[in-house]
Amino acid sequence: MHPNGTNGGLISLESLVEKPRKSVNIEELRKKLSEGRGPQFWRTLEEAAESDELKEYVEQEFPGLSGQIPQGVDRRSLLKVMAASLAMAGAAACTKQPKEQIVPYVRQPENLIPGVPLFYATAMTTGGYARGLLVESHLNRPTKVEGNPDHPASLGATTIFEQASVLNVYDPDRSENVLNEGRLSTWGEFTGKFSTEAQELAMRKGEGLAILSGPMTSPTFLDQMSSLATQFPASKWYVFDPTVNPAVASAAKKIAGRNAFISYDLSKADVIVSLEADFMHVGPAALKYARQFARKRAVDNGQTPTRLYAIESAPSVSGSLADHRFPVKSSAVPGLAYQLAKACGVNAPTSGSAPEWVNVVAQDLQKNKGKCVVIPGEWQPESVHLAAYAINTALGNIGQTVSVLEGVEPDNTHSLNELVNDLNSGHVETLVILGQNPVYTAPASMNFQQAMRKARMVVRLGQFFDETSRWSHWHVPEAHYLETWSDARAFDGTITIQQPLIEPIYGGKSAHEVMTILLGKPDQNSHEVVKGYWQQRQQNSPTFDTFWQTALHDGWIANSTVGTIKGNPVALPALEQQGISGLEVVFRPDPTILDGTYSNNGWLQECPKPQSKMTWDNVVAISAKAAGQLKVDKGDMLRVTVNGKSIVGPTWVLPGHAEDSITVYFGYGREGSGRVGNKIGYNAYAIQDASTPYAASGSLQKTGEQYRIANIQETQTMAGREPVREAELADFREHPDFPTRFEKPLPPSESLYKDVKWPYNGYKWGMTIDLNVCIGCHACIIACQAENNIAVVGKDQVARGRHMHWIRVDRYYSGDLDNPEMYNQPIPCMQCENAPCEVVCPVAATVHSNEGLNQMVYNRCVGTRYCSNNCPYKVRRFNFYLYSDWNTESLYGARNPDVTVRSRGVMEKCSYCVQRIQEAKISAEKETRTVRDGEIKTACQQVCPTEAIVFGDLNDKNSKVAKSQQLPRKYGLLDDLNTRPRTQYLGYVRNSNEALRGQRGNREA
Amino acid sequence: MRIAASAGVVSAPMAQLFRPASNTIAKVSLAAVVLLAGSTLAVAYIMDRGHWTTSVQSAPEQPIMFSHKHHVKDDGIDCRYCHTGVETSHFAGLPPTETCMTCHSQIWNNVNITQPIRDSWASGKSIAWTRVHDLPDFVYFNHSIHINKGIGCSTCHGQVDEMPLMYKVNTLNMNWCVNCHRDPAKFIRPKSEVFNIDYQYPANQAELGPKLVKEYHVQSLTDCTTCHR
Repeated sequence: MHPNGTNGGLISLESLVEKPRKSVNIEELRKKLSEGRGPQFWRTLEEAAESDELKEYVEQEFPGLSGQIPQGVDRRSLLKVMAASLAMAGAAACTKQPKEQIVPYVRQPENLIPGVPLFYATAMTTGGYARGLLVESHLNRPTKVEGNPDHPASLGATTIFEQASVLNVYDPDRSENVLNEGRLSTWGEFTGKFSTEAQELAMRKGEGLAILSGPMTSPTFLDQMSSLATQFPASKWYVFDPTVNPAVASAAKKIAGRNAFISYDLSKADVIVSLEADFMHVGPAALKYARQFARKRAVDNGQTPTRLYAIESAPSVSGSLADHRFPVKSSAVPGLAYQLAKACGVNAPTSGSAPEWVNVVAQDLQKNKGKCVVIPGEWQPESVHLAAYAINTALGNIGQTVSVLEGVEPDNTHSLNELVNDLNSGHVETLVILGQNPVYTAPASMNFQQAMRKARMVVRLGQFFDETSRWSHWHVPEAHYLETWSDARAFDGTITIQQPLIEPIYGGKSAHEVMTILLGKPDQNSHEVVKGYWQQRQQNSPTFDTFWQTALHDGWIANSTVGTIKGNPVALPALEQQGISGLEVVFRPDPTILDGTYSNNGWLQECPKPQSKMTWDNVVAISAKAAGQLKVDKGDMLRVTVNGKSIVGPTWVLPGHAEDSITVYFGYGREGSGRVGNKIGYNAYAIQDASTPYAASGSLQKTGEQYRIANIQETQTMAGREPVREAELADFREHPDFPTRFEKPLPPSESLYKDVKWPYNGYKWGMTIDLNVCIGCHACIIACQAENNIAVVGKDQVARGRHMHWIRVDRYYSGDLDNPEMYNQPIPCMQCENAPCEVVCPVAATVHSNEGLNQMVYNRCVGTRYCSNNCPYKVRRFNFYLYSDWNTESLYGARNPDVTVRSRGVMEKCSYCVQRIQEAKISAEKETRTVRDGEIKTACQQVCPTEAIVFGDLNDKNSKVAKSQQLPRKYGLLDDLNTRPRTQYLGYVRNSNEALRGQRGNREA
Repeated sequence: MRIAASAGVVSAPMAQLFRPASNTIAKVSLAAVVLLAGSTLAVAYIMDRGHWTTSVQSAPEQPIMFSHKHHVKDDGIDCRYCHTGVETSHFAGLPPTETCMTCHSQIWNNVNITQPIRDSWASGKSIAWTRVHDLPDFVYFNHSIHINKGIGCSTCHGQVDEMPLMYKVNTLNMNWCVNCHRDPAKFIRPKSEVFNIDYQYPANQAELGPKLVKEYHVQSLTDCTTCHR
């Protein structure tokens, strides 16, 4: 992990990070684009403005390199140094191989064959809800997380968080000790003290006992809590999670009359309206929705693809795929939802006339009664959720595309607000905080830290000795979910037993274990608690062992889903106000590090944020119009003030962002994270007000300072060569071959090299990527990083265009700045047939294989970088420094033993997960058969929630990939260069509404 | 000292730069440079390919003086009794202490030589062996596929039943691997003979080899990614 990039201590680099570049005149650019001048597709504003500076910048293969040659060195000395390095490099290669030890087991566990990974089913919870996983274990080290295909909330896919969670297990900054007021203590001592406290509390029937946790669905934990309620009837349970909006659950409760979850079936939805819902990216059922949406979006089988309208402030992952996007203020969504409800025949207390497009959307919904769905946004207030349900009811969608499921969360919990009140009024004496970090994440207006200090004893269970632990009397290290036993439920009730993959590396304890002390059974570990609960629940049935083994093996418990219950539309409450007048400040969890939970995770820090594609920071996202008015461009510091409190953050102009609205992101500006997450960005919680937590009225000021943001879209461009091809549905129907229709046949090869005909007698690997369904969630980037031991380089290096991701997801804009169309294009190595990289390598370190792979041989590479220079797709990555962390021992465990950990000075790139190909070929050969279609899944393909990536053998005419490459929608990237890429793309098809044709969204609203 | 003169011009007397012996010295130096360069290369080559660098024929010190000769030849224990992963995993596997104890809890259970086994068993601490066959970390060799395709143990590891202490008989250098990967027919044997440590290639290997290669569907894999990932 290199928080700020490393230079290996050799040449002192002038930092690019703090040096801003000349800004773009946004006003001029807006005008230019709205008049249709400028490029058709662009990734950054500089690209759209066709700025000279950017041209110069991208022309350099790796920008800022020439500036690094030390000044004041003459040619002669430089040559001397080079000659000496060459000689030394030769001499260094002659060392004798060092002796290594080999350490067998004393007693080898059954079923464990060293060298053969095992997969265990478990689950990770986000916001309390489970996502079923299969975790790869090499000699009992978890190294890679995959989705459990049989689990309803995963379907084989995961989000970036599950992928990156494995790095957290080995995080060297995790807390290792029980601490009492900052002094070293032990679990035993804590148990003793806490047991005494529990006995005293029991005498008072729990008066003054408060438990604060995140949302919980764990049946075992709920059982423990009900025992607690029996033993300590006066105790109170508070639930808080900054990434969960309590309005979602409270609205569902109003609709169903009890705890409920409103679930959507998008496989039947011809029209989807999102009321600022990032339904394919956020929430317990997001991956299911993404899969259903993608299948319904298929155009090649003749079906009419689903049409998506997105009404939202900041462009979301789901919104990027919308056929029509209406950028509106987040606080205006309730009003628009009511207007839409009224237009759909719901009795909504709203006055005034709706914008024209609301009626158009309503008509489209009316036309598709029972086959449409309105999805309320996860950050919207109760009113929007109630309105959406009312619309769905009016349109006859209930039972079709919408169902109300029995809730799995407990309903006897209290909110953080109540906790603060109880603390301030002195009602809480003993506070047990399980996992959450409220000192950092509670809205500043609550002043949680002051309130917390009123408690006599605060016990904090946390993975880090962070902000909250520093103010707690006791800190207990928390076990990672891959280190401990528990259980959890999915949105539909499916229960998964969470089984650990490894003993707690840092001696962590689980919430169950802290609870057992309170419950007077301090000797129980979480395995005994969880298994004991299930034994009791199964009434000690003689078949319990079979039940237990099956549940662990499958990753879910049969017949544990909940039933559908009846919901009733509730009369819509009158809206308190029609949105925020003036500037609106929208608060959102950061797209990659959430509320700060993942701020010490280098993979997620370096994972580009969807849409903006910037890394290592949080920004103030503003619309192009506002930027034009304020005369700011990216990196100009802005002061955001809400209720007299302010923060300062760098501008990010986000095309498509609603006017008069800015978005700020949580998770940064931390002091209590670790070496990666500390002291970067601003802390948005500092201006959050508990009364208006997700959208507040505020003001914006330019400070005049500037800041460099590390964005991955500024380098590695394929400038102006039509990388994305798209068509309207009608045009696609007429010309299914639209991507290649106007392509001229290639001229006869004019290469200097002999045209080698490879026979490809065996396999011929290929990949197809469907732009029509890629939502740009970046799960592929992190999956690839985990699978291929890709290093983290730090912000400075990213700013120099040196990020190491083998697959990047380009985001292209098209149209005007206020509401552009957006396209997501994953770019792995194209594995060209006529690979430009191969011919320029002087040492044959990159060569063609008999199966069509463009192989990269690290041990041959001498680092000339000619290959990368010659690659038109810019997919090669160079280890300028020793990016892989070879020193932090704990991180060794996270590495995939089947992939070389690269060293300084070598080139690397996507290999099509060749280790998986070889593994599958070997197991097929052992059974004397060929590799079956679908047997090999590349890491990016396996994780993809929308199945946008297909991989397989092109020689097998029946394989999915061969069939997809027969589709007329197929095209090759930069085909005119005659590189003949193996990775092919399927063009994007937009299903616009006739009535809104020529007008992507609403520009007046 | 002579004075150099030419027609009409008398130049000033000047010291001779090179003495006659210089010629000889120059010639010898040239030869020496060539020889030195040659011998440096030769030494480098010998060093690189020699036993000292490749560790061929040298038995490293081990925590236990374990004799394959005794266990394989005298006792007739099959390779797979200890190297259990060889047919299923890339890694042949080293026996856990428990495997040693299957016999040594009963026999030779009080001699010094087996003391480390009992120590390991009692303390639960593994025996740390020194690797004899150690490939670089960027090489991914898979035992199971070789075993399943008719490449015998002794082809690479030699007659381990004749080794009182374990040593390498082959360099495991890339050219040695590629030698077989280019033409497996020379080294293949019937699957039934894979674990036969005394197997001798028959006189008709030139006929049998290609036949077996075809029968077992053995490919000549020389792509880099076969071993380097």
